[in-house]
Amino acid sequence: MNDMTLLERSVEQTEIKISAQDVQVWYGEKHAIKDVNVDLLDKTVTAFIGPSGCGKSTFLRCLNRMNDTIESCRVGGRIALDGEDIYDRRVDPVQLRARVGMVFQKPNPFPKSIYDNVAYGPRIHGLARNRAELDEIVEKSLRGAALWNEVKDRLGEPGTGLSGGQQQRLCIARAVATQPEVLLMDEPCSALDPIATSQVEELIDQLRAEFSVVIVTHSMQQAARVSQKTAFFHLGNLVEYGNTDDIFTNPRDPRTESYISGRIG
Amino acid sequence: MNNERHILSAFDRDLETVQALVVKMGGMVESAIHDSAIALEARDGELADDIRRRDKAIDELELQINEEAARLIALRAPRATDLRTVLSVIKISAILERVGDYAKNIAKRSDVLAEMPEIEGAGMALRRMSATVEAMMKDALDSYIQRDVALAADVRKRDLEVDQMYNALFREFLTHMMEDPRNITACMHLHFIAKNIERMGDHATGIAEQVIYLATGELPDDPRPKGESVPRIGGA
Repeated sequence: MNDMTLLERSVEQTEIKISAQDVQVWYGEKHAIKDVNVDLLDKTVTAFIGPSGCGKSTFLRCLNRMNDTIESCRVGGRIALDGEDIYDRRVDPVQLRARVGMVFQKPNPFPKSIYDNVAYGPRIHGLARNRAELDEIVEKSLRGAALWNEVKDRLGEPGTGLSGGQQQRLCIARAVATQPEVLLMDEPCSALDPIATSQVEELIDQLRAEFSVVIVTHSMQQAARVSQKTAFFHLGNLVEYGNTDDIFTNPRDPRTESYISGRIG
Repeated sequence: MNNERHILSAFDRDLETVQALVVKMGGMVESAIHDSAIALEARDGELADDIRRRDKAIDELELQINEEAARLIALRAPRATDLRTVLSVIKISAILERVGDYAKNIAKRSDVLAEMPEIEGAGMALRRMSATVEAMMKDALDSYIQRDVALAADVRKRDLEVDQMYNALFREFLTHMMEDPRNITACMHLHFIAKNIERMGDHATGIAEQVIYLATGELPDDPRPKGESVPRIGGA
């Protein structure tokens, strides 16, 4: 049967981008993530699925230290990006987040022009030496987010004036502009209509050529459509992690089976 | 096997409906196998006609199952065991439809045979072979209903017996034909009947393999026991 596997679905990547070992997260007394061990591959889309409160978003936010901003949150264990511990004291979280970008559930463009939304990151990180270079980054990022043709004649207009789907793609362009190595997406399509969802999914599939994408989604169909690897979280545990087609046709753990087939689990 | 209910109960009802249709179809095919052997041995033309009529209902049921399965895939997006259930429903109903056709073909041939001199012992031997296959089919369907992998594995093993019976009959018919060329027409029909029954055994095995896939997610990869695939005798 393996000979017939669609090439596109197969995971050929073996290079590990992010390696998590014995990761624990506490919110005050609450043990939200328990002993999570997982290796996320480079140039691969990994989907995190699981019921609400299972810890998938919490774990995602550990990957670029977004949890640092939450007072009561403590993170234990080790998370390494290209072998380097991201919780090491010498690591600057701002620099880390330039390498590990993030797109959120609700499109949150800055109250600035479309151009400035995308140019913001490259500017503060000093990625462009002059205006021409910045223009180039903005165009490339907007093209990368499949938005260029729709906005190229109105780059000076406010980003908040775009439609929801366009705003989300603008946020993706903004995240892509700093040339990250990993893109984290927390429910990136939950506020979008089916057409905009398809566009973002198509985009995710293209982005995988350049970097590793980790997406948290409540839509199992979306996980099935866009990812090559799937991780199922339940009650703070990583229950099962494997190739997406295996998870959706023949999961090993009964809890995964219950969840993905829509049973009470 | 996951015995929990879906949160969306209509999903459970749909799955139960389509599986109930397969079980119903299985019952009809089992009795077609049974009756075709009786019609042959008893030279019962009326029963043979009845089998041919009933095959239409079996064919219609297959269409209905395929439609239900397509609807389930489109509307419910089944996953994991649910997905394998729907896939196996489609395969098993296709297999059952084929077996129904074999039974119908036996019925047609027994109509022709009824007008010829009897070949001694053939009816009884074929009926014994058919009973073996009928029991395999019954167990294959039971293993499907119960998701019983051990029973399915047992069905796979028993196909060897059917292959051996077929090879023995092949020799026997050949002997009759060599003894008296007037037996040739009847023996040719009888041989096709034996071959049909042997194929039914293969199909029961196919259902058993679907059950193993359904329950475990994997088709058995060990080669199933087989008799001589082609009898090598007589000739020349």
